[in-house]
Amino acid sequence: MLSHPPLRRRSGFQVNAVGLAAGAIVLFWAIVALVGPDLAPHPPGEIVDFDFYGPVSARLWMGSDYLGRDIFSRILMGARYTVGISLAAVCIACFSGIVLGMTAAVIGGWFDTLLSRFLDALSSIPSKLFGLVVVAAVGSSIPVLVLVLAVIYTPGSYRFARALAVNSNTMDYVAVARARGEGTGYLITQEILPNIAGPVLADLGLRFVFIVLLLSGLSFLGLGVQPPYADWGSLVRENLGGLPFAAPAVIFPCLAIASLTISVNLLIDNLPVRIRDRSD
Amino acid sequence: MTGQITLLVLGRLGVALITLVIVSFVVFGATEMLPGDVAQILLGQAATPEAVAGLREAMHLNEPALLRYAHWLFGLAQGHLGTSYANHMPIAGLIGGRLMNTLQLAAVTTVIAVPTALFLGITAAMYQGTLYDRVVTTTIVAVISVPEFMIATMAVLVFAVWLKWLPALSFANDVASFGELLRIFAMPVITLCCVISAQMIRMTRAAVIDALKMPYVEMALLKGASRSRIVLHHALPNAIGPIVNAMALSLSYLLGGVIIVETIFNYPGIAKLMVDAVATRDLPLIQTCAMIFCFGYLTLITAADIIAILSNPRLRR
Amino acid sequence: MPLVDVRDLKVEARTDAGRRIEIIRGVSFTVAEGEITALIGESGSGKTTIALTLMGHARSGCTITGGTVELAGRDLVAMPESGRQQLRGTEVAYIPQSAAAAFNPAQRLIDQVVEVARIHRLMPMAAARAKAVELFRALALPEPETIGNRYPHQVSGGQLQRLAAAMALIGGPRLVIFDEPTTALDVTTQIEVLRAFKTVMKQGSMGGVYVSHDLAVVAQIADRIVVLKGGEVQEEGPTEAILHCARHPYTRELLAAFEPLRSDAPAGAANRPPRPVVEVKDLVAGYGPLGKDGLPFSVALRKVSCRLERGRNLGVVGESGSGKSTLARVIAGLLPPASGRVQLDGRELAASARGRSKDELRRMQIVFQLADTALNPARSVADIVGRPLTFYHGRKGRAREARVDELLDMVRLPRALRHRLPGELSGGQKQRVNLARALAAEPAVVLCDEITSALDSVVAAAVIELLKELQRELDLSYIFISHDLSTVQAICDEVMVMYKGEVVENLTADQLPDGARHAYSKLLFASVPKLDTGWLDSVPATVA
Repeated sequence: MLSHPPLRRRSGFQVNAVGLAAGAIVLFWAIVALVGPDLAPHPPGEIVDFDFYGPVSARLWMGSDYLGRDIFSRILMGARYTVGISLAAVCIACFSGIVLGMTAAVIGGWFDTLLSRFLDALSSIPSKLFGLVVVAAVGSSIPVLVLVLAVIYTPGSYRFARALAVNSNTMDYVAVARARGEGTGYLITQEILPNIAGPVLADLGLRFVFIVLLLSGLSFLGLGVQPPYADWGSLVRENLGGLPFAAPAVIFPCLAIASLTISVNLLIDNLPVRIRDRSD
Repeated sequence: MTGQITLLVLGRLGVALITLVIVSFVVFGATEMLPGDVAQILLGQAATPEAVAGLREAMHLNEPALLRYAHWLFGLAQGHLGTSYANHMPIAGLIGGRLMNTLQLAAVTTVIAVPTALFLGITAAMYQGTLYDRVVTTTIVAVISVPEFMIATMAVLVFAVWLKWLPALSFANDVASFGELLRIFAMPVITLCCVISAQMIRMTRAAVIDALKMPYVEMALLKGASRSRIVLHHALPNAIGPIVNAMALSLSYLLGGVIIVETIFNYPGIAKLMVDAVATRDLPLIQTCAMIFCFGYLTLITAADIIAILSNPRLRR
Repeated sequence: MPLVDVRDLKVEARTDAGRRIEIIRGVSFTVAEGEITALIGESGSGKTTIALTLMGHARSGCTITGGTVELAGRDLVAMPESGRQQLRGTEVAYIPQSAAAAFNPAQRLIDQVVEVARIHRLMPMAAARAKAVELFRALALPEPETIGNRYPHQVSGGQLQRLAAAMALIGGPRLVIFDEPTTALDVTTQIEVLRAFKTVMKQGSMGGVYVSHDLAVVAQIADRIVVLKGGEVQEEGPTEAILHCARHPYTRELLAAFEPLRSDAPAGAANRPPRPVVEVKDLVAGYGPLGKDGLPFSVALRKVSCRLERGRNLGVVGESGSGKSTLARVIAGLLPPASGRVQLDGRELAASARGRSKDELRRMQIVFQLADTALNPARSVADIVGRPLTFYHGRKGRAREARVDELLDMVRLPRALRHRLPGELSGGQKQRVNLARALAAEPAVVLCDEITSALDSVVAAAVIELLKELQRELDLSYIFISHDLSTVQAICDEVMVMYKGEVVENLTADQLPDGARHAYSKLLFASVPKLDTGWLDSVPATVA
């Protein structure tokens, strides 16, 4: 392609303020998940305050927890679990959902019917209870959590990708490729995937939010990340005793979850718009 | 064409039934995976190996899993729910009261949340792009994005800690007056209403806005119809299918999804019963609860599908 | 005072990028009381936008930025929305392009027809219903008493279009706006609908604005014609004057595109003995599962046979539902037939594309009607045209790039377009890319499925011209499927007329259009509008 330098086109991206702010917060948490523990002012497991449920102070920015540990450090540490586990789970769920969904749409017939029936049945089990039973059965560990969350959210991703792929599959350009003699693999990767990539990525973001919420819920019930480690849901659970006197130890982990999930949602709703004016 | 409708409805019911069988298989399989020998757990560590073997025999635990699945499914179909492993009480008795509690909570929430959601969803679509619409949609995004335990803790903070209007925890044991009842229900109901109406408002608004993009809506505008007439007479009747579907999805949450709310407010419902059953490895109880949840979900979804079929004018005569 | 007085109207539209573009640039015209004025132009000329401003309406993204639109002396632009609401339906009414989409599927027809009377409280409902039935009768609708009790999906497209007219006329408007009301209809239906419109408009002596791209249709119904291009008036005048002594070059171009181009004498074909490239025998095909009788649930083709000789072109004409597109899909191997066979160069082809060899697939290429859906919106022009080169000929890298450039030259597209996505091309350019992709395979036969139907007449004429040139250069044979008889006439040597899945008549090009013997082909050819103001009245009503 070197012989043909790309033409200059009027193109660019339009970003709005809400999207920018949301993106910044998401980026912030991503960085915290990567390097957060190194920034923590106190070791997350160390008791640094004689008082428990201590107030916000210059030394303890977000107060102390039920044992007198520094909440700020524990939230920085928790980001790694909440973001990491959710990200791994959403990637597995969406990858398998998209691959299965597109294959079902292109092949159709019995394969499609059976797979759709089975995954529909799977999604009729309330997600929290499914997670609960399996985690209780196998015991909670990080790989188990990732897998369970992935399994729970695969049917939804499958259904979404399949619906898009079925739409795309009825288009004439797919018919042209079929008439040309192209194989299923080419149809899926070259003709269909590029056209559903945008919505599928947005769906990935939404599903990430659901997974963060479910993981926090499981941790809140004591079935998620196990002590001495703690994700944000576990932090809320540990410090629920402080609720009657509005301890910062309960409020800040809640705010951490909310800031991440709301930002992801807002980012998806305000994605940068690609500008491609037709210029004849 | 009424024959066609009947066929479609029967088809939906058939699909629901097949799904229920698949679900029962999954539920049975998942509970089978629970580790530990049930007989051993029931008799405790001190039991003799002979006693454990005897109990295994008595409970048919030595039979192949598929045969036990058939036994269980057959019993379930006839209404034999079995006895609890943990305290040897009939499951029907254990579940009965708890199910009633959950259904009560669900009923009260539905009565409040559905009309509110419909009103907010439709008016937000009607005044799309206005300040009102933006306030509604932003609030919804916020509510959808946070975990329910956070909404519950916020409700406790606001109503119990700061305003001191309501007790922080619900105990359904000592209901003396209507006022008392109200105070017990208030907190869980507020939380659940927030959680489920957010989804419903979002879907209702989206469905009405989709319908508003149709050419017949522009036609109505060009006939001189007012905005409210356009929305109520032209857009809404064509958005019933997706709206009912969203309602069913949200309401199904009130059966199995309420677990966190029941835990936080210490409300003796069926989801909490199931969590306790998982803790004690009470297989028959877990299986029955799971089947109740899935049955409820399928009933709601199937009902929504059937309503959508009946409301489709293209199938009318 | 004229009924409508539009002065220096300006409308702006916002692009995705937020750029503002003036799409109507100072248009002025008038419509007298009881007169029908036509707005003629191709897509993008702004004709529908202007028509909607006569109702005080601009679609979302568009705003009226200047000028006045006066209806009986009242300016619709300056008026508040509530004032416009009162005029809509009572003073000015609208007949949409697609009545099928403009009727609410959830309501009975009669309720929608009388809705104007209900909204504006014009008369008691019983009186409105009675008036509706009267209008149904005047518009020659079948069962006028009861047709209103049906739902929109239960009546045909032509009936819906007349019901939409009844819906517009119920409020007794002084001005009726027709927005391409017959474009979506088959020609035999179009003639009935036009006749009905003309009758009621004459009886009610109402003013009208008729938006269309079809000069021949407009010639039948309009008193005056306004020719639009790019949001500006090119020429304006009485119908006869525009048709016979157009002054503006653009108007002449429009008229020229309409002239049926005679197919050139089949070049060189006469010298060679006829040899069939494609031969189709007794095809039966359809959709849905096969029944006990071996027929599909819904049969689209019943025992269809035809043959295409090398270097010649076969036209397949018929109305929607005649099975002509299904025929193309079966020949291409996209829809395996229930029975019958397809031969290419004397050798039988497998029923499905999957079973055909690469070379068989290469020699027969299909080009679809809508370039919008036939080109993958996520791939660049170079990718789209280059894929068959790699797939069939194994060309990669520089060789492939060079060939793509040649192909773009061949379909008269600038090479610079190679990096564009289909969404950034115009309709005609897309169709040329569509064609280039088929040519990349170096085929012997090209199946053209309605490839000019979605194009403006001037652009379509150019594409037809291109097809002819390519045929001379590349020794191609076309199967040309179309509902538009004049384009088929322009390119085909033989024409096959289809009706409800069967071949009713085979004709040679020189027998067209008067040589038809079968009753249906006669009706079909007679229904094609002519550039002659007296044509509609001259066609005997028994034909329609």
